[in-house]
Amino acid sequence: MKRRQVRMAVRFVVAALVTVLFLFPIYWLAIISFKTPDEIFAYPPVWWPEQIQFANYAVLFKDGDAVTVWNSLVIASISTVFAMVIGTMCAYSIARFRTGGNLFSDWLLSNRMIPPIVIVFPVFLLFVELGLVDSFVGLILLYTAFNLPYVVWMMRGYIQDIPLELEESALVDGCTRWQVFVRVVWPMARGGLFATAVFTFVFAWNEFIFALVLTRSEVTTFPVQVTHYFGGQSNFWAKIAAMSVLGTVPIFIAVTLLQRFLVRGISLGAVKG
Amino acid sequence: MTDRGAMRGFSDGRRTGAAGARATPFVDRNFKYLMIFPAVAVILFIGLFPVIHTLMISVQNLTMLDEDTSFHGLVHYGRLLSDGRFWEAIGHTLIFVVVALPTELVLGLALAYLFLDRLPGKQVFVALLVLPVVVSPVIAGATWRLLFDQRYGPINQVIGWFAGEDVTILWTVDPAFVYPAILIAEIWQWTPFMFLLLLAALSNVDQSQLEAAEIDGASFWRTFFKVVLPAIWPVMAIAVLIRALDLFRLFDVVWALTRGGPGTLTETFSIYAYVQGFQQFETSYTAAMSLVVIILLAITVTLVLRRMEIDR
Repeated sequence: MKRRQVRMAVRFVVAALVTVLFLFPIYWLAIISFKTPDEIFAYPPVWWPEQIQFANYAVLFKDGDAVTVWNSLVIASISTVFAMVIGTMCAYSIARFRTGGNLFSDWLLSNRMIPPIVIVFPVFLLFVELGLVDSFVGLILLYTAFNLPYVVWMMRGYIQDIPLELEESALVDGCTRWQVFVRVVWPMARGGLFATAVFTFVFAWNEFIFALVLTRSEVTTFPVQVTHYFGGQSNFWAKIAAMSVLGTVPIFIAVTLLQRFLVRGISLGAVKG
Repeated sequence: MTDRGAMRGFSDGRRTGAAGARATPFVDRNFKYLMIFPAVAVILFIGLFPVIHTLMISVQNLTMLDEDTSFHGLVHYGRLLSDGRFWEAIGHTLIFVVVALPTELVLGLALAYLFLDRLPGKQVFVALLVLPVVVSPVIAGATWRLLFDQRYGPINQVIGWFAGEDVTILWTVDPAFVYPAILIAEIWQWTPFMFLLLLAALSNVDQSQLEAAEIDGASFWRTFFKVVLPAIWPVMAIAVLIRALDLFRLFDVVWALTRGGPGTLTETFSIYAYVQGFQQFETSYTAAMSLVVIILLAITVTLVLRRMEIDR
């Protein structure tokens, strides 16, 4: 009895230390964003600023850099909606009619495995010809396509979990196939839709290579904007930190709220969690 | 509600109206194909069409200065074979895979064991520990760049406390430290990913088998290899595969920390392709390179999938 308690106490302390260690980089990033320039470039480094001040954020809004977070939001949201609708339709067809067989499913998933840098080059050439470089349409289209395999894969799993009887009775009641999909399947898959959408959104939100290559000045997303502050001698540390925090907080909130879907989402559905 | 009723009435009317309710509408007959059509169209447009385009370009000779679209055969593929920098970049990429992947796996497994049994505040710990996974990788790189700063970063400061004197390690410049720096950032971000999946897998291991092993007096390691590992293998295989593919395309963290430097010392394949395509404007050459890697990767993944016999 006593030994078990000691064991648990030791595990608790180790767990707490590990958690602190893993959170420290995030803490450091956040705290820099609240420091004054003097505190950022103090030697030795300051671990806690004299007072929390928001001037670094104010600058981002005043200079208009904060609009890149808005760009990210627009692109990630719209591409998520497209990918979810188109992908879930495809997933339903595969789950219920085995459309295309294993070969089609495997081909879909294999698209996910191609490194972005390999895809981005041909896509860049294509977009140059179509005039889609540095446009919302271009990035939305690209993120939709890149997320589709994931959505299909995940939603196929969720749809297979829905009992077939409901759809059959809806068909008997005179619903068309499309009505069955919209009125029976879609509402039943709500939990899965929501969870999958969040991961789709996070991917588009965090994505860097595509955005780096395919944007110039009009639709810069926030990760690209952060790298704009790196430059030769003068790294705008305050801006890097504040911009990063602006772009990361929404994701933290979303993921924390969806904790119970997290494991299934990041394991490509391998763990039902 | 009224809207729903109206919709149904509308479709019923159409159905009975259409030649005695017998003929199934076009949409229902081709339903399964219509449903996959938009997805396939988008993927083909972004996935397949550009690849064919690339194939064409790779046998031409496009550069920034030269818009030569005549057929050049396989010169760019030949050049690839003798391009030391390309193979070095592949080598660097493999170093990251070979070091980071096992480290993340072992650390993740150790963490999962730490959190497996009952622990006060477990949910909170897990919720906090997974946060690095969802940080944008390029932001993670930027964060570590601030942490690694030789003068204003806390890492050298802490090392200095232990060393008893000021240390000024140039983490992102010194050839001896760039690999550790990138690997630390990478392992920090993705160990929680392994942890989360393995914790879920460990929690699902059949308790009665573990108890049986304990009654038989099997050692921890024996139980682990005979009972636990086979049970968690499917999840572990998926986790390793996902991470291996991610590591192979490693770009963001390196870009933020070293941009492939010093020189080309930490240049991964992705960074090299970026430099060739978008800074040197070696259009045709980059196209050839992209295709070769797609093919190499497809072969590797197929072989690995066969080996691991992942249940689909």
